[in-house]
Amino acid sequence: MMLEIITPDKVLYNGEVNAVQLPGSKGSFEVLNNHAAIISSLDKGKVRVKDAEGTHFIEISGGIVEVINNKIIVLT
Amino acid sequence: MSNLKETRSRITTVSSTQQITKAMKLVSATKLRKAQMAITQMRPYAEKLQSILGNLSGSIEDASLAKYFEEREVNKVLLVVMTSDRGLCGAFNSNIVKRVKHLLNTKYAHLPKENVTLLFNGKKGGDLLAKLGYPAIMDNREIFQHLEADNVFAFAQSLLDRFTEREFDRVELVYNQFKNAATQIITNEQFLPVDIQAYATEDSSANNDYIFEPSKVEILEELVPRSLKTQVYKALLDSFASEHGARMVAMDKATENAGDLMKALRLAYNQARQAAITTELSEIVGGAAALNG
Repeated sequence: MMLEIITPDKVLYNGEVNAVQLPGSKGSFEVLNNHAAIISSLDKGKVRVKDAEGTHFIEISGGIVEVINNKIIVLT
Repeated sequence: MSNLKETRSRITTVSSTQQITKAMKLVSATKLRKAQMAITQMRPYAEKLQSILGNLSGSIEDASLAKYFEEREVNKVLLVVMTSDRGLCGAFNSNIVKRVKHLLNTKYAHLPKENVTLLFNGKKGGDLLAKLGYPAIMDNREIFQHLEADNVFAFAQSLLDRFTEREFDRVELVYNQFKNAATQIITNEQFLPVDIQAYATEDSSANNDYIFEPSKVEILEELVPRSLKTQVYKALLDSFASEHGARMVAMDKATENAGDLMKALRLAYNQARQAAITTELSEIVGGAAALNG
């Protein structure tokens, strides 16, 4: 599935991932393949991204995530 | 002879001016490209934000967002005036000044002076408009030197706070909208209170079965201020791109004019030089003839 993390002035991540853990405002949650469509607000924190190269952490300052049809878009 | 020397020194002056205008044009062209890239960069963000908002707009009246939509009697107005930091960009700043004066003399003429506050982004605005005697906020003048999302969002948040704390009943943005490098559209748009119609579009959430977490309302409360801040960011980026577009065009014209001026001066110089040589020759010939005679 595809993950895009975008801020107004740059793209923080764009690529194919296996799993993403997000700091949802109601608690952290993980998105795997074929996740149901969801829109959630996010708190300040770290996004854990698992892709082919391993695990990365990306710092975000709150925002919104939309997951639909195996496409995850984080607006921060 | 003095005319010759004068012309020569003028040619030097004009040519060095031309070098400067040419350099400024190139610098502006680069900065314009950067600014345009920033605008393109922001577009997907703004569009996505808008499309998520579209999914939620049905619930907008339930969210505790009334503070942004509240239409109060307009007693205190804040005008956010976006100009450049430097001059030499054609009518860029004077158009803004004209628009601001027009607003002050028509739309807000009925308000006493101390109720209309001007907030300046960019140094020129403060220089040109401070003498009108309206209260001015100068804290954000240098925002264009660090035009990054973080700074701008903090600035936008301060605008939102000032509105919700009832320091102002209306916030309006005055800026140059970027159309293309040669065209700017002077715009004044009401920023706060937000026109609820703009958000309350048709609810398209029926198409997608989204789970909303924590709830539609809470997401909206996060989303709407974010979209408002993006609007400020967009206005600032537009103004920045417009500035460099305007300067590029102005400097291009100036370079061209300097070229024309140089041509005319060279012609005058050569004519004067030829005339001087002719006089000198005829003097020599005349002198020789007098000796022989």
